[in-house]
Amino acid sequence: MAALLEVEHLRIEFPTRRGTLVAVDDISLQIAEGEVLGVVGESGAGKSLTGTAIIGLLEPPGRIAAGEIRLMGRRIDNLPYEEMRKIRGKQIGAVFQDPLTSLNPLYSVGRQLVETIQTHTDMSPTQARTRALELLHEVGIPAAERRIDHYPHQFSGGMRQRVVIALALCVNPKLVIADEPTTALDVSIQAQIIALLKRLCRDHGTAIMLITHDMGVIAETADRVAVMYAGRIAEIGPVRSVIKEAKHPYSHGLMGSIPKINDEKERLDQIEGSMPRLTEIPPGCAFNPRCPHVFDRCRVERPELLDTGVTQASCWLYAHG
Amino acid sequence: MFAYIVRRALQSILVMAAVAFVAFALFQYMGDPINQMVAQDASAAEREALRRTLGLDRPFYVQFLVFLKNLMTGNFGFSFRIGTPVAQIIAERLPATLELVLVAALFALFIGVPAGVYTGLHRHGAMSRFMLTVSLIGVSLPTFLIGILLILIFAVLLGWLPSFGRGQTVQLGFWSTGFLTASGLKALILPSITLGLFQTTLIMRLVRSEMLEVLRSDYIKFARARGLTNRAINFGHALKNTLVPVITIAGLQIGGLIAFAIITETVFQWPGMGFLFITAIQFVDVPVMSSYLVLVALFFVLINLVVDLLYFAVDPRLRVERSVSAH
Ligand SMILES: Nc1ncnc2c1ncn2[C@@H]1O[C@H](COP(=O)(O)OP(=O)(O)OP(=O)(O)O)[C@@H](O)[C@H]1O
Ligand code: SF4
Ligand SMILES: [Mg+2]
Repeated sequence: MAALLEVEHLRIEFPTRRGTLVAVDDISLQIAEGEVLGVVGESGAGKSLTGTAIIGLLEPPGRIAAGEIRLMGRRIDNLPYEEMRKIRGKQIGAVFQDPLTSLNPLYSVGRQLVETIQTHTDMSPTQARTRALELLHEVGIPAAERRIDHYPHQFSGGMRQRVVIALALCVNPKLVIADEPTTALDVSIQAQIIALLKRLCRDHGTAIMLITHDMGVIAETADRVAVMYAGRIAEIGPVRSVIKEAKHPYSHGLMGSIPKINDEKERLDQIEGSMPRLTEIPPGCAFNPRCPHVFDRCRVERPELLDTGVTQASCWLYAHG
Repeated sequence: MFAYIVRRALQSILVMAAVAFVAFALFQYMGDPINQMVAQDASAAEREALRRTLGLDRPFYVQFLVFLKNLMTGNFGFSFRIGTPVAQIIAERLPATLELVLVAALFALFIGVPAGVYTGLHRHGAMSRFMLTVSLIGVSLPTFLIGILLILIFAVLLGWLPSFGRGQTVQLGFWSTGFLTASGLKALILPSITLGLFQTTLIMRLVRSEMLEVLRSDYIKFARARGLTNRAINFGHALKNTLVPVITIAGLQIGGLIAFAIITETVFQWPGMGFLFITAIQFVDVPVMSSYLVLVALFFVLINLVVDLLYFAVDPRLRVERSVSAH
């Protein structure tokens, strides 16, 4: 099956006074139609930047310095603003971290839904409102007929995130980029929101790029997972394989940090040190100062994504196999 | 919301009472007005008689109550200087000031807000930089200097506009308006620019910084992610949010115009209340001075009430929080 989204050799830079910061360096990944790709990695790994680049909203001075992004075979990373605007919302939706601040406080949720629907379709105001009501029902807002005219501050955090999801999905995009959609929410409702997102996308055949720190969410939700480290992909592959038998030493360590019942030893298996800052990424493999298996080649030559059997990992341990 | 309005109304009444007291106290501290009103060689008996007709012999608090009662019935007393009722003098002068302030306020809003939006949206453009530089002049030059410069250029050197006065006015009932004649309109240009320039630049800078702030917010980012058009984002979402804080400052500034008008009216010899107030100070014409204070305070209070109501109209968070706390 042809991929819905293809990212190839993406590189994102920030020109600064003291030279160019490379925040995302040579990332390639694909998402198939209806697939859920989880993206994990430490803070600052470049997850959000990758997502932002895909929807074409990198803020200057950040820019795509190299690589290509294609949606259904069409190149979208170099489109004029107006062309890309028509793709945002219509073909690629987005859900951000903080539902409390994602909605305009001065407009009712109904108005914001209707506005989005009318931007991307020819619906009349009445049709758009009917559709907005349907959506609110679908995302599980109780008494939607009444709630549609309420303002964002009248909803709880979880309810607001449901509205945000309705907004992201309101014209059935092919892909949704969900950047830590539940981090800001109460733990007790995080699972509901993820389940909702997953159910809706499955029903409509929408693919999801799910950025999160929560390996538990990845394990339950994603089909495949990409592990990012210092602006690069450390390992990418089917979620089961990456969790159970991660090949890259970094993802192995990361998976070790998932709390497991009856397994106290695993929990202690944390990786020493921390991810380097963008200005201090070492030559060769970015992970080499922390890697328990580091050898000479790792310090000079940068590993490409290599086949490890089921997953792909950028690690020299797999150079000959 | 009802409770809120009642509370605001009570506050306004308190403010007005305090101002009235200050205005009244002026009478006590401005020296003996009788000296101003009688001939140098008037006898003690003549002075005493005048004192009694003016009610100046009664106790302090009685005088204050009488003063309050008079204020509320629109009786502002008689000018010590010319002897005519203050209410009548003010009615003659009020239209000139209000028309000047109105035009200056419109100038400040209709130039300041769009200029702020423009410089906020085109942050790095050459035009924005130019406007910001020019606006520095408006903020830093004193009003009278701007007025004199404008007079020098447009009245003296170019001879396009009059340097003083209101031009021809038309009488509509008690209201004398300069809006209906060409010379009246021309005469308004320089004074209202002089008066409004500071507020224009202030509003422009305020709108600009609010706009920049709002454009960085998450809901604008999300609006972009939804694919809304730039027009909808900039003017539907960003501008409206920008206006919430701008309304307060703009309201206060427009109230300030009435006070600042004193300087402008003096520079342009504009026959308004500010000019009247300056003359009144020179002659220690206390009834005129105190009525002026009370009136200006009244305008401030009214503008504040309007600002509050506008807030309710723009920001749903206020509307609902009140009604929620009500039940
Ligand atoms: N405007 C900017 N200027 C310079 N560097 C930036 C800028 N924006 C982001 N970065 C850098 O790019 C890197 C990647 O940022 P990104 O937001 O993608 O991280 P992330 O993986 O989403 O982290 P988190 O889990 O904290 O959300 C970070 O090191 C960050 O410091
Ligand atoms: S390439 Fe070397 S340093 Fe990098 S992860 Fe593999 S073994 Fe470790
Ligand atoms: Mg992030």
